[in-house]
Amino acid sequence: MIDLLLWNLMLIPGFAAVGIILGLFYKGIDRRLAARMQARVGPPLRQPFIDVKKLLMKENIVPKNAVAWIFNLMPVVALASSLLLLLYVPLFGISLLGGYGDLIVILYLLIFPSLALVIGGFASSSPYATVGAQREMIAMLSYEFPLAIAIISIAWLMSMSGGMEAAFDIGAVSWANVWTLVGPVGASGLFLLFIVLIFVTTGELGIIPVDAAEAETEIAGGLLVEYSGRNLALFYLASAVKMVVMGSLVIALFLPFDLSAFVLTSGYPVFWMAANGLFFLFKLFVVVFLSSTFIRVALARFRITQVVKVYWGYTTLIALLGLLLVSADVLLRMV
Amino acid sequence: MGKNTFGACDTSYSISIGPVHPALKEPVKLNMSIEGEKVTGVDFELSQVHRGIEWIGTRRNPIQILFLAERICGICNICHSLAFSKAVESIAQIEVPERAGYIRTIMAELERIHSHVLWAGVAAHELGFDSVLHYTWKLRENVLDTIEYLTGNRITKAIITIGGVRRDITKKQFPAVKKTVDYYVKSFDKLGKIFLKDPVIKSRTRDVGILTKKEALATCAVGPTARASGVKKDVRIDESYAAYPDLDIEIMTPDIITGEIRGDVYDRVIARLLEVKQSAEIIDKCLKQMPEGKITYEEKIPKVLAGLRDVKGEGIGRLEAPRGEVFHYVKMVDEDSPYSWKVRAPTYNNIMAWIPMLMGEQIADIPIIAASIDPCMSCTNRAVVSGKSNSILTQDMLHRLSVEKTKEIRRLLKND
Repeated sequence: MIDLLLWNLMLIPGFAAVGIILGLFYKGIDRRLAARMQARVGPPLRQPFIDVKKLLMKENIVPKNAVAWIFNLMPVVALASSLLLLLYVPLFGISLLGGYGDLIVILYLLIFPSLALVIGGFASSSPYATVGAQREMIAMLSYEFPLAIAIISIAWLMSMSGGMEAAFDIGAVSWANVWTLVGPVGASGLFLLFIVLIFVTTGELGIIPVDAAEAETEIAGGLLVEYSGRNLALFYLASAVKMVVMGSLVIALFLPFDLSAFVLTSGYPVFWMAANGLFFLFKLFVVVFLSSTFIRVALARFRITQVVKVYWGYTTLIALLGLLLVSADVLLRMV
Repeated sequence: MGKNTFGACDTSYSISIGPVHPALKEPVKLNMSIEGEKVTGVDFELSQVHRGIEWIGTRRNPIQILFLAERICGICNICHSLAFSKAVESIAQIEVPERAGYIRTIMAELERIHSHVLWAGVAAHELGFDSVLHYTWKLRENVLDTIEYLTGNRITKAIITIGGVRRDITKKQFPAVKKTVDYYVKSFDKLGKIFLKDPVIKSRTRDVGILTKKEALATCAVGPTARASGVKKDVRIDESYAAYPDLDIEIMTPDIITGEIRGDVYDRVIARLLEVKQSAEIIDKCLKQMPEGKITYEEKIPKVLAGLRDVKGEGIGRLEAPRGEVFHYVKMVDEDSPYSWKVRAPTYNNIMAWIPMLMGEQIADIPIIAASIDPCMSCTNRAVVSGKSNSILTQDMLHRLSVEKTKEIRRLLKND
């Protein structure tokens, strides 16, 4: 066990690099696609890499009134916690620390990058950042609720069909494929939960329509208004990694399909591993497209009060309906 | 944090938006007192972009000023050169040929389409709806192309001259203009669908930034800002000029579509969208009714200038720009250049309407409310405040000063 952990620890830098590169690459795709959907040409796919390089070369300004050590620490915390999350969720079907934590740990860790943003925002002592930080806290409270309902529904479903140990184990959930555990009624419930999780991803990533915390035309970037140079680059990387994390989480819970059934016959394991890797990238693209590109092109920004209303009202209702359908399905079949 | 009378903490704080801020296209400073997310106090500081155009103008001859006047505003430029030439024409008592009046009308209306469509994009951007921003600005390309086709320039048209226009619109050019007219009549439906039906846009603009009719009158609002609050005011109708007397135009108020007037941002969107359609229809009518004839009373510019050198007197030119009433005052005294030239852009009137609109609203709504009057700061800034003078002229003081001035003028007149 210890040997395996050590072996995994050695793989961590590689995983981090893959997570960051994937995240930036998907950000590039997102920007390009959004541009095309808005009748623009858009930046090249490698634009996020160029942005990060530029930011790393720029001066790192700390405001005079800021609490410097917190202000400088928070970007590191954000990136570190995002990378830590990356080790818990199955990336290409592999989660390095999957055996050491479960969905509850992921739920906790998901708060960290946002919390780092909030603390960094307060520490920068700008009124815009303060407003942004307040809004981010409200937004966090709002989307946590439907997120919790979605995760608990899955866990309950697992516990009903696979026993208590597997209930919160993300690897087991992914392996079991939740769609096979339910009938048509439950599947429609799961579909609702899938939509809820996609929209929660939008909130987690702070994308229009729920980017009230950054709202460039209102509070000039909000939380990030005072950040520049290296610190801003770290936050940018953190958000890129978080995009991969949320994508992988959605994939593990709701899109655990792979191509093994089709390519196993070819015989060479390299082939089906490559095919499954590409298929994972495609699934990640679908999640990023739905939760980020499509929604931010299709909607205008909500006010923070509307964010609360949308998450606590409509999204929670949809999530509860999904939970109800899933539980009805399971209970009816038990009878 | 101070304590208020109830012993609780004073939770209000202040945010200044501007002079440079992503929500503002031009420099102006808004000082907001905020409680939580609610606006409890509004103040603004103008005069961040004084360019001294009037001063330059008093050192140029009237023909040169026309092109300078176009540079007052980057969007509604024709109204400034037109208002200036109207002022000069009224001093020199120049009769503008009828055909020139029609061409002026067509140009002014093309500009109105351009300005309103551009504004719609900016408004969408303030709401974080960039797809609509790009879509509307794509729509705007059509009218810009037409303006370029007719005048040779996309924005600053350089078509107005004292006593007429510089270029004719020939019969050969009519189909292209007609095509643009049809394009905008058609796109009105689409814009209406986007701005008036979209649930998110509606929830962000309905009952936000309300300006009642009473407040609109009290703050002297003009243009679409006033009309959206139900003030039936349009210089095109109130003081007919160019070809407007020949055209039946209605005052566009939002109740045409919704049946009621609330005076919120949504109503201001409706008012402007209706005007886009109206402008397209006006151009169509102009094309049909345009008489033959000269396009300017005198083609030779030196002759025009020679004529203007001998005139003396004061004149005003007021007309309906896309944002509201533009007012130019010119005084000529037997010289090459005017003795005085004063410009009042519509934003100068509309800006006071910000206070009733913004009070009690959320921070999130500040950009869209500020944008809803279609502010144009560079046009408005006619003075600069230097140093840190904190003197505020109250109404009583201004009244006293004007009484003194009147007495002084009376005395001078008596001595004459």
